[in-house]
Amino acid sequence: MTDRNRPPAPDPLDFLALDATLAEEERDIRDTVRDYASRELLPHVAEWFEAGTIPDPRGLAKAFGDLGVFGMHLEGYGCAGASAVAYGLACRELEAVDSGLRSFVSVQGSLAMAAIHKFGSEEQKRAWLPRLAAGEAIGCFGLTEPDSGSDPGSMRTRARRDGPDWVLDGTKMWITNGSVADVAVVWAATDDGIRGFLVPTDTPGFQANTIHRKLSLRASITSELVLEGVRLPGGALLPGSSGLGSPLSCLNEARYGIVWGVVGAARACYAAALDYAATREQFGGPIAAFQLTQRKLAEMVLDVNQAGLTALRVGRLKDAGACHHNHVSLGKFGNVAAAQRVARAARSLHGANGITLEYPVMRHMVNLETVATYEGTEEIHALSIGQAVTGVSAFR
Amino acid sequence: MNIVVLVKQVPDTATERKLSSDDNTLDRAASDGVINELDEYAIEEALLLKEKHGGEVTILTMGPDQATDSIRKALSMGADKAVHLVDDALHGSDALQTAYALSKALGTLEFDLVVLGSESTDARTGIVGAALAEYLGLPQLTLAGKVDVDGQAIRIQRATDYGHDVVEAQLPAVVSVVEKINEPRYPSFKLIMQAKKKPVAKLSAADAGIDTALVGLGNAATETVDFAPAPPRAAGTVIKDEGDGGVKAADFLAEKKFV
Repeated sequence: MTDRNRPPAPDPLDFLALDATLAEEERDIRDTVRDYASRELLPHVAEWFEAGTIPDPRGLAKAFGDLGVFGMHLEGYGCAGASAVAYGLACRELEAVDSGLRSFVSVQGSLAMAAIHKFGSEEQKRAWLPRLAAGEAIGCFGLTEPDSGSDPGSMRTRARRDGPDWVLDGTKMWITNGSVADVAVVWAATDDGIRGFLVPTDTPGFQANTIHRKLSLRASITSELVLEGVRLPGGALLPGSSGLGSPLSCLNEARYGIVWGVVGAARACYAAALDYAATREQFGGPIAAFQLTQRKLAEMVLDVNQAGLTALRVGRLKDAGACHHNHVSLGKFGNVAAAQRVARAARSLHGANGITLEYPVMRHMVNLETVATYEGTEEIHALSIGQAVTGVSAFR
Repeated sequence: MNIVVLVKQVPDTATERKLSSDDNTLDRAASDGVINELDEYAIEEALLLKEKHGGEVTILTMGPDQATDSIRKALSMGADKAVHLVDDALHGSDALQTAYALSKALGTLEFDLVVLGSESTDARTGIVGAALAEYLGLPQLTLAGKVDVDGQAIRIQRATDYGHDVVEAQLPAVVSVVEKINEPRYPSFKLIMQAKKKPVAKLSAADAGIDTALVGLGNAATETVDFAPAPPRAAGTVIKDEGDGGVKAADFLAEKKFV
């Protein structure tokens, strides 16, 4: 063993040189998303966050569709068919700008499109997937309800048969892109267990109300869906869906994107802190020269790299067809917590400047509060891992 | 219509760029290689012309092995195939030699139009397009801000200080573009996945019929005698407004000959 490949110094922004292990095509996808995000999204995101919305969701959907990021890891129907690692990298680079933008992509690709791809009929797939992939249509995913979060089996939304039709009643909550969607994948209890339905949002009785006054994920549209006697033809049922396992398997896809995405958010906070520490002068020198600052930066770079390693490993398992949903739970559990630590440390390192939108750190920090909650709270993932290692369920 | 786009790999302008102290040529290991920015506009224009008139878009790159990264990106934007002119004998070639070598490589291809960026961000000579047209004996339409093709006729708007000239020629021709011509697209993931399956032909100097006595650092017509880093930026001038801030600012601009 020689040190002939040893770099003069580790790259502060990729300390363990994780990206050196990527395939050419994965690097190309990373570069394309990074380039697009830094030129087209980063300059606007603070403004969107402050406004509490995405001003042109259709335009953004079209741009994402042109890139090919929607459902990029799915096969056929206009999807790119990229690897799970490539999809993860896209999530990482988008969330380095803002968790809300990655959420936009997660909901469209991993929830709405993945549900149709997995459980839809051929006709449903042909009708929706190419348009959703191209960003010509927007999809959302309704599972959570006002009184049914971690325990989705307790949902009150009902679908009942009426002749050949289905009639849906209920309320869904915290639905990303609900008020701008063309189609909602809605999960409802039937006599036959929980089933999925494709609900065109112009169906009479369907209403989406935008949720305001959020303190997190503000560059994202979040809605409540109200279904009152929504009558759908028999063909609206996702024929392959059966039981709670169906929506949970979609959530597992979206969660996988989070495992990678938060590495981006953490890296962005760490990079901002590194830059700030080098340029901010106090007591006659840059604050990077203080031991307490260096300790913070050391912990940050450790968290960013450990989370990055976890994401890459889970991604490789997924591409090998060897990824268990508990692997994804472990990734989400550990990586979100790591990103939160990094964001909070970066916020404090920025002093008063850190509480403004001039710097990305507090925006990321508060976004991560949502990311820690949705797609399975930290507690649920802890219990899921606990069950996996002990063989005993502590929650159901 | 078959279009060849000349694509040069240059060091990323966002990184620190260096010359090698051995022979005063570019130190390619010092920074990441990217497609010369104006060449992305050339690729976009070729793709737009193809979408309108049909045909094929071929990328032609002269450069070392690592230029394959830039070729792949050009293919990911939508070009159909690529030719990579790569030979140690070409190392250190100046702008004129580059134009000669490219003209020989183009001699192995069938084309109606050659499109390139009007200059590169590294050498910035801006003469390769004109020199290439001379070597090929073809009309040169440089600094194009707009290109229209109608049958065998090509018409461009040539950017000038006072607006633009309209320049016309018959195909085949060489067109160099400026950045106001279009907005280059991002590669799409689908095309990224397909890029590695697209044909990339490697061409040596001998394959292209290049006389190696005419190319390379030792035979160049120009020589980089010396180089020095740009001096660090001097501290800015602070004008304190005591009722005469505007006058002071105007005086400053006049002194620097901005007004």
